[in-house]
Amino acid sequence: MSLPIADTTFVEATWILIVKSIVIFAVIFAIVPMLTVMERKLLGRFQARYGPNRVGPLGLLQPLADAVKLITKEHYRPRAAIPLLYYIAPSIVVFTGVATLAIIPFGNVQDGFGLYGIDVPIGILYFFAFSSIAFYGLLLGGWASGSKYSFLGAMRAAAQLISYEVSMGLALLGAIMMAGSLSLVSIVEAQNQIWYIIPQFIGFLVFMVAGFAETNRAPFDLPEADAELVAGYGTEYGGMRYGSYALAEYIEMFVISAVAVTFFLGGWHGPGPGWLDPIWVIVKIFVFLFLFMWVRATVPRVRYDQLMSLGWKVLLPLATLNVLVTAILVTVT
Amino acid sequence: MSENGAEKRFPYLPDESVVAVQRGPEPGGVGGAYRAFGETLRGLKTTFARIIEGPVTIQYPEEKTPVYPRFRGRHKLHKFEDTGLEKCVGCSLCAAACPADCIRVVAAENDPDDRVSAGERYAEIYEINLARCIFCGYCEVACPFDAITMGHEYELADYNREDLVFTKEMLLAEPIERTPLRREGE
Repeated sequence: MSLPIADTTFVEATWILIVKSIVIFAVIFAIVPMLTVMERKLLGRFQARYGPNRVGPLGLLQPLADAVKLITKEHYRPRAAIPLLYYIAPSIVVFTGVATLAIIPFGNVQDGFGLYGIDVPIGILYFFAFSSIAFYGLLLGGWASGSKYSFLGAMRAAAQLISYEVSMGLALLGAIMMAGSLSLVSIVEAQNQIWYIIPQFIGFLVFMVAGFAETNRAPFDLPEADAELVAGYGTEYGGMRYGSYALAEYIEMFVISAVAVTFFLGGWHGPGPGWLDPIWVIVKIFVFLFLFMWVRATVPRVRYDQLMSLGWKVLLPLATLNVLVTAILVTVT
Repeated sequence: MSENGAEKRFPYLPDESVVAVQRGPEPGGVGGAYRAFGETLRGLKTTFARIIEGPVTIQYPEEKTPVYPRFRGRHKLHKFEDTGLEKCVGCSLCAAACPADCIRVVAAENDPDDRVSAGERYAEIYEINLARCIFCGYCEVACPFDAITMGHEYELADYNREDLVFTKEMLLAEPIERTPLRREGE
């Protein structure tokens, strides 16, 4: 039996990888402004109002105005802050978010060219490694700001991310066992019969809930709970550094949606010819992004102890049970 | 419970008169998570219904909220339509009725050859300080000749307080019709 890793014999030239990484950067920095305006417009509609509709046609140039405003703002640093850490923390979260995007497959290998950044042998572990580093961005940013609200927000972020990453990993483990591979490309290929959302429904639910917590979005946006913590780890940040945190949140949202699509919604599988594959992936990702915004418009923020008890007492046992049952079924059949 | 509940309540019967307080199930645990999930779905349905309904916002500078016919907006002074004479005779009853003390009237005798108003006297100066006006409509009620009425105009913001003192000429002038009127049944 072969190792449960990606096909290591398929190697692309270095220049292709460089071009791919540039394309990934370009695409994600084009998508995030779209996401901000989409979120604001959808939130508006969910609240029976229009949302931004003044800047440009239908308000579509709003992110441009926002970006100009954020970039031209004064660079400010609190006296108590630790300069180096304070400055690099926002870039850590952006970097890890974009780096995770590299392993998302938008299509299979076509004409010797993989429609993904890189099919790393360790597959999904790469995703977990980078999302763990991302939380250093939050923690360092909150701690280096030298403010109590930032610090409290960072502490919460740390506790939350640690609690939910376990359930998230276990939720994906079921799908990994069914596919018999860690590689995201192989996992999508294994779903050509049935999408894993059906056999792995519990895993899917746990992954989605943990994903909401992982991206620090409503109803689990406790690290930046504006009612009690001003803005959590981002309290002392302004201008484009604050913008980087916002950017990273949207990138992470995109990544979580992409991973959910890859593991549970059959990735690029869909009717139509081969060139439609990336379109299918994008469409499915946007379904999840819509869900993220829909939930944000609906659910109020949970209390901190509720968050912890949900993570440890409900999601973790559910995910573990799911893994055990899947393991038994996979072994038997 | 019998059909006649009121009779049952007296005399006091512990097992029939005591109504247990309805409480929800205990929060927390797997059951709580399950119920929270169900309630979340219900909430999602509610918010999605708002999308289907569409926005209720009125895009203000372009669209305007229609006002009711009896809406009390900026004042108007009136003239007789046939003779073109002012209705106001400078009696200062409006100024007396004004609780905010924002109306100033200085009356003058009419010249019989060149009449300004239909009465004996006319208002030489008629000023309303709209910065002080509370739009109560007492001036309208006090006026014996219906010379002053409340109009429909409500877009009165300005940059200087002096500009908010409206003179007689401004109040007499037909205002630019900017405020839509509410239709029947709206």
